[in-house]
Amino acid sequence: MSQIVIDGVSWALLIAGSILVLVGALGLMRMPDFYTRMHAAGITDTLGADLILLGLMVQAGFTLVTVKLLLIGAFLFFTSPTSTHAIANAAYTAGLRPSISEWDTDEPPEGPERDHGEEDPRP
Amino acid sequence: MTIANFIDMAFLVFLGITAFAILKLRALFAVVMLSSVFSLVSAGLLVHLDAVDVAFTEAAVGAGISTVLMLATLALTARREKAPTRTHAVPLIVVFLTGLALVYGTLDMPRFGDPQAPVHTHVAPKYINDTEKEIGMPNIVTAVLASYRGFDTLGEVTVIFTAGIGVLLLLAASIREPDGLRIQTMDHHLVLRVVTKVLIGPILLFALYVQFHGDYGPGGGFQAGVIFAAAFIIYALVFGLENARAAVPGQAVRVLVACGVLLYGGVGVVSFLFGENYLNYSVLGSTQVSGQHLGIILVEFGVGLTVAAVMVSTFYAFAGQNPPIGDEDW
Amino acid sequence: MGGSDFLGLFNYWIVIVLMMLGLYTVVSRGNLVKKIIGLNIFQTSVFLLYISMGKVAGGTAPILTGDPKEVYSNPLPHVLILTAIVVGVATTALGLALVVRIKNAYDSIEEDEIQAADDEMEFGVEPAAKDGPP
Repeated sequence: MSQIVIDGVSWALLIAGSILVLVGALGLMRMPDFYTRMHAAGITDTLGADLILLGLMVQAGFTLVTVKLLLIGAFLFFTSPTSTHAIANAAYTAGLRPSISEWDTDEPPEGPERDHGEEDPRP
Repeated sequence: MTIANFIDMAFLVFLGITAFAILKLRALFAVVMLSSVFSLVSAGLLVHLDAVDVAFTEAAVGAGISTVLMLATLALTARREKAPTRTHAVPLIVVFLTGLALVYGTLDMPRFGDPQAPVHTHVAPKYINDTEKEIGMPNIVTAVLASYRGFDTLGEVTVIFTAGIGVLLLLAASIREPDGLRIQTMDHHLVLRVVTKVLIGPILLFALYVQFHGDYGPGGGFQAGVIFAAAFIIYALVFGLENARAAVPGQAVRVLVACGVLLYGGVGVVSFLFGENYLNYSVLGSTQVSGQHLGIILVEFGVGLTVAAVMVSTFYAFAGQNPPIGDEDW
Repeated sequence: MGGSDFLGLFNYWIVIVLMMLGLYTVVSRGNLVKKIIGLNIFQTSVFLLYISMGKVAGGTAPILTGDPKEVYSNPLPHVLILTAIVVGVATTALGLALVVRIKNAYDSIEEDEIQAADDEMEFGVEPAAKDGPP
């Protein structure tokens, strides 16, 4: 009985992790801008990988393998956000800026009257 | 078609797509990153093919050290490949004919996974059956590598040593001496500094674990040496080459390159002194099994020492080159 | 050839395709770094070929588990390829060091530009009207 519970929980975690990895990959292909793509890729590395590792840990039970998986999860938890940050920081230092959508700087869409007395301050 | 076949096919198709992208892309940074992806995915495929030691080495070496060295070369040479100006009909035909000849050759090969293939029925059963009582360690690959085929590994450590010397000979003349003026660190990147400080200790510990645990699980000298070098390389990348060279001087690393090979060869000479053949570890301990254990630990340590020192000194040689742009232009 | 032949051999065929991709990169591209990367692809696919030959169906990694009826994959190709991988990275490092020196000497890592500079130095050939350095 408990084997079914363990299997079910680990299946759910593995599938959730795989869906997040797929979402990350889809975002990487479809996002328009570099920074939004980095945001999508970050999901793959952190939450996707950690959920898959949790699913594997549930399968492994209380053995040495679980401790090793826990350590791998801890290292991934440290390093993948750092690598995402490093890439985004390198792009920012190189001069790439996030693209701001056009209607923020041109006419805003039809809406309630807003009292913008001055020019839009954004470049 | 079983699940295992499907997984194999998926891995291989992914590798093929990556290789095709490497062929077609002209931005060299992307090509280097894709070659790192290629190494990592092939490491995954190797795990699926039951080659865990090999996968470990491929991931550490191919996706780690190789990528760092290629990026260092890119920083010193070019960023893009020139557009091809001539047609490639002749190479295409040659490559196609070679591929056809190889496929024709595989038709006679034993089928994938066949337990009755000749390669599995002659020497391999002897190694699998005798390792337990002659050497007494669970990892058959380490036993074969360090004991049964110890001469091969000695020659191959010497190859790594020679390649390290070759790199030093080629590049040492133009290594920039530390003059205290140029700062090429990432001091202003707080996140990178903190995380690197947190990680370097566990990386070194893990390298030692892999080194000495190679008898019982996947591991051994090669992987440990590469992981050990990776810790120093990440320190040099984040805190600057001058700091790294102050912590681990180039001269000391060069001495260590030779010490590893000396240790390996020395173990063989000690066997001589006991009256046995070269690299016969059985005489190093009171029983054959304990002698083999001691011998394998010592030679694996020698291998790890040389590999780590060669990787670190190669990185120093590449990173210490005078860069084509000055620090003011960063 | 039946279906079982395909299942037994497709591993080798796709690896041969990878090998040929690597070989084509080495032969047809003129950029030296790309040639070295193509050589790496060729090497890695040769490793995959060897390890595929060592796999035993239903086997496991060649680490003794104490179970006397366990089937292990062949450890011998693993040993060979382990050494081959590290030798491969050593020769890649040497090749890359050579590329750095070539760049210092010729100021280019494109094969045709290096060839043209050599021809000019050897025979005093006037370079044809072509674009400047990229």
